[in-house]
Amino acid sequence: MTAGEFKAGQRQARRLDLRSGRVEMNHGAGGRAMADLVDLLFRQAFDNPLLNQANDQARFSAPQGDMVMTTDSFVISPLFFPGGNIGSLAVHGTVNDLAMGGAEPLYLSAGFILEEGLPLADLARIVEAMAAAAREAGVQIVTGDTKVVERGKGDGVFINTTGVGRVLPGIRVSGELARPGDRVLVSGTIGDHGVAVMSQRQGLAFATELLSDSAALNGLVATMAECAGPSLRVLRDPTRGGVAATLNELAHQSAVGVQLHESALPVRTEVRGACELLGLDPLTVANEGKLLAICEASVAEPLLAAMQQHPLGVNAAIIGEVIEDPLQLVRMTTAIGGERVVDWLHGEQLPRIC
Amino acid sequence: MKYVDEFRDGERARGLARALHAEADPGRHYRLMEFCGGHTHAVFRYGVPDLLPDNIELIHGPGCPVCVLPIGRLDMAIRLVEKHPEVILASYGDMLRVPGSGRRTLLQARADGADVRMVYSVSDALALARANPERQMVFFGIGFETTTPPTALGILEARRSGLENFSVFCNHVLTPAAMGAILDVPETSAETVDIDGFIGPSHVSVIIGSGAYRFCADAHHKPVVIAGFEPLDVLQSLLMLVRQLNEGRAEVENQYIRAVTPTGNERAQAIVDDVFTLRDSFEWRGLGQIPHSALGLSPDYAEFDAERRFDMAYVAAEGTKGCECPAVLRGAKKPVDCKLFATACTPENPLGSCMVSDEGACAAYFTYGRFRQDALERQQAQRQAHREAREQ
Ligand code: SF4
Repeated sequence: MTAGEFKAGQRQARRLDLRSGRVEMNHGAGGRAMADLVDLLFRQAFDNPLLNQANDQARFSAPQGDMVMTTDSFVISPLFFPGGNIGSLAVHGTVNDLAMGGAEPLYLSAGFILEEGLPLADLARIVEAMAAAAREAGVQIVTGDTKVVERGKGDGVFINTTGVGRVLPGIRVSGELARPGDRVLVSGTIGDHGVAVMSQRQGLAFATELLSDSAALNGLVATMAECAGPSLRVLRDPTRGGVAATLNELAHQSAVGVQLHESALPVRTEVRGACELLGLDPLTVANEGKLLAICEASVAEPLLAAMQQHPLGVNAAIIGEVIEDPLQLVRMTTAIGGERVVDWLHGEQLPRIC
Repeated sequence: MKYVDEFRDGERARGLARALHAEADPGRHYRLMEFCGGHTHAVFRYGVPDLLPDNIELIHGPGCPVCVLPIGRLDMAIRLVEKHPEVILASYGDMLRVPGSGRRTLLQARADGADVRMVYSVSDALALARANPERQMVFFGIGFETTTPPTALGILEARRSGLENFSVFCNHVLTPAAMGAILDVPETSAETVDIDGFIGPSHVSVIIGSGAYRFCADAHHKPVVIAGFEPLDVLQSLLMLVRQLNEGRAEVENQYIRAVTPTGNERAQAIVDDVFTLRDSFEWRGLGQIPHSALGLSPDYAEFDAERRFDMAYVAAEGTKGCECPAVLRGAKKPVDCKLFATACTPENPLGSCMVSDEGACAAYFTYGRFRQDALERQQAQRQAHREAREQ
């Protein structure tokens, strides 16, 4: 630490009490307090040339080729969970939505709605997690906004992130491109995130070492695109509603059926045990940091091998195939050799009582 | 938690299926009831019927706590929160979506301003009572013998900590009484459901012990095999039932020895005996009034009885017109026999309790077996077309 940085740190401690301060209404009022919050917390954490232009917009030159854009709002409780927090989730979520378009994420915006009374230390942890997640994913948070709502009118913090990215050359993936005969792959064990979050919820505090799998998938997507090129047809991350909901969506979009093999599904023993205990189905539990891919059968094996070489694809597996089906159902051969439909989750996922 | 995989092993499942095919007597039809909704769910989730010979028919029983609660009791809960703004009603999630009289649900009552909270356990309800000392906290207790001990412990805890704003709307029911009611219907009645044997409950039996089903074997000559919830457990228990029937035996056997003992959990039973007392009679959806089939609070704990505290009165009520839940719960009809199944009644828009709960037969059919139903419809349409072609 240089002497200059040390002094800056001291100034920060005076103007913004990150240790014991709390969010106040004037942190969103556009005055001095807000400028301090932006300068000393957001700008320091996200630090990049576009943000440092310090204008109400970020200016950059448009790259060649197709671009993608997406937005997502994050409202989760609890704000912190094993393996991440709302901040890392807000970056990963939007980065992954861009990556699932076969794109390299470039820039993000971040909008914060803060509830009066939120400890600034919590906000700092969240912002630091966002900055770290962005660094890791190779994207820059180039513009942002902060509003404060009265106590009781928010759940600590809501975050919206919007992102733009550039589609990787030679790649065209889309939900309607699945064809009978194609193979379905998943990048790793399913259900980890949902079970990790549920284990934190009051009343469900069973002992588990599980961490959320929240992660940015753009690196893995780049590897996959390089390996499979245009034979890669569909990418999607099975977040809410889990693998079941995502595959049902895709079956409808492409007007096909999907046949899964339960014995091929990668599920951690802890997740399976927790699901068993609670009467949940790992297929309908939420994931972060996992993706489903559909590709031409001929590239399935090499693609699988490439995925398994990547740190986020070590447990990747081919879990089924696309079939012709006028009913557009997702079916599964169960572990014991029976057949069943894998339907969307109806209503909320609840632990069983019997 | 390695054990879960062991009980889903495809190789062992095929072995059991082969044995069932070999040993089931082709000259006979086996009608076997899985009493428990947990089993119904497992049966469809793993596609167990696909592995069975055609002459083994699974009949789905009433062992789904949400399903068997009669509409009149649900109405009582809805009236309670509507009449008493000071009340917070804490309920298991599924109960919120079951339609009561006039298809009104607790969820609608909540939307209209009543305070209804979804909880995962009675301890959540106790925490709510502590956090809201100025309010009246009522726990909507439902379930079979598995959920009764936790409710009893909740009441004991409320007494110990002097939690005066806590009470229980008690709807805990008894498994053996319901099995008896199913078997007691006179053979001449149109209501008779032919059952050759039972797959006995898993978790319930952990509490009450395998001895509790002796009357099925002794008085009714029906074999009972207590089974775990895993698919291999179910297959193995079916094989054990087939063997008993082939050999003319009617015994209570225990496939789930890793958890169930003959006498059950006696400590849990003692706590339940202390806090609760047998009701003279209780209405079950589908099974009607069954004597000595449910628990209420014992006189010692009457102060925690929500029915007394709020003077709640039971009024019997009719279900949705056309809903076959009563017959489905008795095992007399299959969900697909209901005209509303998958047309007007779906898990998003349930018209009866059996479509709400995961353990309900209608929900299990809809969620896991819809393609079988579709295939069936296509077959029927084809047959119909053939017939018409022939008639012309
Ligand atoms: S399908 Fe619906 S209406 Fe028909 S019996 Fe089942 S729950 Fe009742």
